[in-house]
Amino acid sequence: MLRERIQSSNYSFLDKLRSIDYLLILLIIAIGSISVFAIYSTEGGKFSFYTKNHIIRLSVFFSLFLVLSFVRVSTWYKNAYLFYIVGLVLLITVLFFGISASGATRWINLYFLNLQPSELMKIAVIICFARYYHRIQSSDIQSYKFLIQPIILLIIPCYLVIQQPDLGTSILIAGSGIAIIWLAGLNIKYFVYSGLLLLVSLPFVISVLKPYQKSRILTFFNPDRDPLGAGYQIIQSKIAIGSGGFFGKGYLKGTQSYLEFLPEKHTDFIFTLFSEEFGFLGSIILLFLYILLIYRIINVGLVSRSFFAKLYCFGFATAIFLYVFVNIAMVLGMLPIVGAPLPIMSYGGSSLLSIMLGLSIVMSCKIYNQEQISVY
Amino acid sequence: MLNRGRNIEKGRVITRRMFILAAAKILLFAGISSRLYNLQISDREKYEILSDKNRIREWKTPPQRGIIVDNFNKVLASNDRVFQLHLILDEINDFDVTIFKIKNIIGLDQFEIKKLYKKKERLKPWDTLVVSDNLTWEQFSKINLYLHELEGAKPVLSTSRFYPYANDLAHIVGYVGDASPKDLEKPEIKENFVPGLKVGKYGIENSQEKMLIGNYGIKRYEVNASGKRISQIDYIKERQGKKVNLTIDIEIQKYAQELLKGKAGSICAMDIYTGEVVTMASSPTYDPNKFTHGINQKDWQEIKNNPLKPLINKSIAGLYSPGSTFKPLVALAALEYGILDPNKTIRCKGHKHPYELYGVKYHCWKKEGHGYMKLRNAIKQSCDIYFYEMARLLGVDKLSVIAKRYGLGTNVLGDLYNDEKNGLVPDTKWKRRALEQSWYLGETVINGIGQGYIQTTPLQLCLMTAQIANGGYKIKPHIIKDESINYKDVINKIKLDQSNFPLHERNYLDDIKVEFYQRMYHKKSNINFVLDAMFGSTNEQYGTSYKSRYDDPKYQFAGKTGTSQVRRITDLDRELDLDTDQIEYKKRDHALYVAFAPYKDPRYAISVIIEHGGSGSKAAAPLASKLIKRIIDRHKLREQFNNGNTSLA
Repeated sequence: MLRERIQSSNYSFLDKLRSIDYLLILLIIAIGSISVFAIYSTEGGKFSFYTKNHIIRLSVFFSLFLVLSFVRVSTWYKNAYLFYIVGLVLLITVLFFGISASGATRWINLYFLNLQPSELMKIAVIICFARYYHRIQSSDIQSYKFLIQPIILLIIPCYLVIQQPDLGTSILIAGSGIAIIWLAGLNIKYFVYSGLLLLVSLPFVISVLKPYQKSRILTFFNPDRDPLGAGYQIIQSKIAIGSGGFFGKGYLKGTQSYLEFLPEKHTDFIFTLFSEEFGFLGSIILLFLYILLIYRIINVGLVSRSFFAKLYCFGFATAIFLYVFVNIAMVLGMLPIVGAPLPIMSYGGSSLLSIMLGLSIVMSCKIYNQEQISVY
Repeated sequence: MLNRGRNIEKGRVITRRMFILAAAKILLFAGISSRLYNLQISDREKYEILSDKNRIREWKTPPQRGIIVDNFNKVLASNDRVFQLHLILDEINDFDVTIFKIKNIIGLDQFEIKKLYKKKERLKPWDTLVVSDNLTWEQFSKINLYLHELEGAKPVLSTSRFYPYANDLAHIVGYVGDASPKDLEKPEIKENFVPGLKVGKYGIENSQEKMLIGNYGIKRYEVNASGKRISQIDYIKERQGKKVNLTIDIEIQKYAQELLKGKAGSICAMDIYTGEVVTMASSPTYDPNKFTHGINQKDWQEIKNNPLKPLINKSIAGLYSPGSTFKPLVALAALEYGILDPNKTIRCKGHKHPYELYGVKYHCWKKEGHGYMKLRNAIKQSCDIYFYEMARLLGVDKLSVIAKRYGLGTNVLGDLYNDEKNGLVPDTKWKRRALEQSWYLGETVINGIGQGYIQTTPLQLCLMTAQIANGGYKIKPHIIKDESINYKDVINKIKLDQSNFPLHERNYLDDIKVEFYQRMYHKKSNINFVLDAMFGSTNEQYGTSYKSRYDDPKYQFAGKTGTSQVRRITDLDRELDLDTDQIEYKKRDHALYVAFAPYKDPRYAISVIIEHGGSGSKAAAPLASKLIKRIIDRHKLREQFNNGNTSLA
C-alpha cells in the first residue's frame, strides 16, 4: 500500500470561486498598496525606478498568485520533493554561477529578474516537510530514523545559504523547518535539549562567524560601540521610528529617510520609513494587517482535511510570522541586523515571488479543502 | 480502524501544537507593540531631538610633520606657513559656478581645473576639496576680498614642508609629496592619513614616516538637516610628529656640497668610533622644496635629463671600483694571513716589462716603473705590480673574507634608504653561483688593485677606512642619533681594548661574525703597519697624496688615493698617455681618496669620489684635505655638544 492514493471530489468552477478566501485576497491587496506608497516615499516622492519596478512585480506576481491558486493541492503534494530539489539545485547554481553584490553571492541572473533561490527555499522547505510529515504516523515521529532525515534536509540548504553569506535567510529557513517539525508533534524534550545545546555552543558559533556578522551582534548589544560604523543603522532606525511619534511625521515627510540617513530603506528598513511617516498608529495598523493575514492562513489550515494542507498552512503562517517578527524586531533594535525583508512590503522580486507562491498554495488548500490525500 | 484513530490523534496533535505556537506569536507581537510604544510614545521627545540634530560629522585635521634636525639641533626640515584655499563641498550649490569664479580670481589654467574635477569625484559630498595648497600672498588676499561671493570657499592658513638648506640635503633628508595609492597601503600612513597630507617619498622623510607623520585631530560637528554645521561638539587635537635627530653636521655638509659643486661625486665622513655619519654629500643635487607641491614639468625634465644624474644618491647608490683605495685592505689581508713578509722586494720595471701571468700582461700605472719596492713603499706609492703579485699569493677567497669584515659588500645604513646598494665583494663561490663560471687567477690579480668585479659605494669605503683607522674594530654606522649608544663608553671601550691587546680566543682568520665594538684583526701589528704606510702615502715624499698634506699635527692625516678605470686600457691608450682633459668625459677615470685624521689619535674617516675626475691625487685628495680641516676645526664643538647631550640623557 505504498502507492499514494488520492481521493478527490470534483469541484465545479462556481464551487471553487465560492470557496476562495476573499478576506485573504483583500489583505494581500491592502498590504501591497501600502508597500507601493512606502516605496514611493523612499524615492523622495518621485515616481521612478523602484516604485515602477515594485508595481510591475506586484501586479505580475499577484496575477500569478490568482492563477496558481487553482492548482490542486494534490498537485502541490505530489511535486513537493521536486520543489525542494529544484530549490537545492538553484542554490548550488548560485554557488558556481551566482552574481555578487556588496560581498555576497546570492542571485542568479534570469534577465527579467535576479532570482534569489534562498527566498524560494523558504517555501520549498515548508512544502517538503509538510509532505514528509503527512506520511509519517504519529507513533514513528519520535524515532531517530524519521528525525534524522528532515534534519539533513534542513541542514543542506541552511549551509548553502550561510556560504553566500546570508545569515538572516538561513535562520528563517531553519526556523520554518523547525516549526513544521514542532507542529508534527515531535517530543518537547528535543526542542528543550537542542535549545540548551545552542545556548552552550553560542560562544563557539560566534567565533566562527564572519567579522562583519560578529560586529553586528556586538553592536546589537551596544549600538554606541561604533555610532558611525556598524551601530549606525540601528541608531538611525531607532531615531527615525521614535521621532515618528503617535501620528507620524506625515506621508513623504520622514526627514530621517529623506536625508538619506537610513540605509537600505526600500528593502530591510522599509518598516522604519513607514513608521517614521505614519507613527505608532500606522505601525500598529500595519502590524494588525499582518496578524490578520497570519490568522487567515491558520484558518485555512483548520478547515483543511489533509495533514499536508494543515501542516503547510500552519507552517507557512509561522514562517510569515517569523519574517515579520525578525524584520520589525531588527529595525526596532531588538534583534541584531541580519538582513531579512518584510513580506510584501520590502522591495525585492524574489522575496515577493516566494511569498506570493506560498500564498497561492494556501489558497489552493482553501479551494480544495475537502480534498483528502491518503497517508498510505 | 486503528489507522483512523491514529489519524484523528495526529490531527489533534497538529492543532494543539499550532495553538501553542499561535500563543507564542501573540506574545512576541505584543513585545513588538510595546517596543513601538516605548520608542514612539514614551521616548518620543528624545528621539525627536536626536532626529532634528542627529547628524554627527567628523572633519579630520592634518597633523604637523615632525621636524628633522642635525647634530647641533639645527632645523633641516621645518613646517612653513602656507596659504591654501579649501572648498567645503556641501556648502556649495553650484560647483561649476564656484570654480569659474575662483578661476577668475586666482587664475587657474584648464589643466588645473580638470584636475580639480577629478579630485572632487573621489571625495564624499561633505569632504573638503583643496583647491590650492600653496597660494601666493596676493592670491590669498584677493580670495579674502571676494569671499562673500564664494560659497563654501575657505581660505586656510596651513603649514607645509620646508627645507631651509634646500640642495645641500636633498639626498639625505629626501622630500615629501602627495600620497600615492601605494603609500596608502603602508600601515603608518593608512592609520594617520588625512586627505591632502604630504608623505615622505625618499630618504629620512620616507623611512622615518612612522616618527614624522604625527596623529590627526578630529573635529566633530552637529549638522542640521540641510547640512550646515551648527556647532562644534568635540575637538581632539592633532599631534605633531616626532623630531628626528640626525648625526649630520649641516655646516660640514654644506661645505662638502660646495666642494663638489660642478662635479659628479660624493663625499662621506664618519666618526671612526661612534659610527656617526658627519656628512654624506652627493653631487649634483636638486631642491627638495620643489617636490612638496608637485614638481612642475620643466624642473622635472631638467633634473631627469641632467647627464650627471642628480637623483642618484651617489654616496650609497653609486657603485664604483675602489681602485687603489682598496690596497690598504689587500695589504692587511696578506699580512693577517701571513702570505708575505713585508720586507719582500719586488721590482716594478715600468710599461716595457709588465707583470705577466699565463701570457697576459698587467701594467703598473707608472710608465717608468717604481723600481725595487717593499710593501710599505708599495702602498705609499701605490705600486700595482707589488699588489698583483701579493693578490696572486693571497687568493681571492681570503681577500674577500677580510674585505667583507671591514664593511664592503653589504649596505651600511640598513633600510633607511630604499636605494642603498650592497656593492659586491667577489669570491670564487660568488662567481660560480652568479655567473656560473669558474674563477680565473687573472681576476684575482686585478682584484688586488681594486678593479674587476669588486664594486663599492663611497659610504662603504668610508666605513672601511674608519674601521682600519680605529685599530680594527667593528663600529655601527648610523645617520640618525642613536640614544641607545653612549658615545663615551663606546670610545673608551675601543681604546682600552687596544691598549690591553686582548688574547684572541677566536680565530680571526676564519670567516667569523664580529659583534659591534669588538676587534676584527688577527694581529695588531698588521693594522699598525697599514696605518703607517697610509701615513707615508700622504706625508712622505713620493707619497701619492703628498701635495695635500698638513704638517700641523692637529690636522695631519693619512690616506690612500685611488684611480678607478671605467673601461679597459688599451696599448694605444698607454702609448698616447693623454692628460685627463684630453679624454672624453665619459671615459675619464673616477678619482677616489680615503683618509683618516688626525693621524695621531684619529677620530674621523673620509672618502671622496669624483666621477670621471681623473687621478685620485689630483682631483680627490685636495678636496678631502680641505674638508678634513673643517671637520677637525668643528670637532671640539661637536664633542662638547654630544657630551652635553649624553649627560642630559
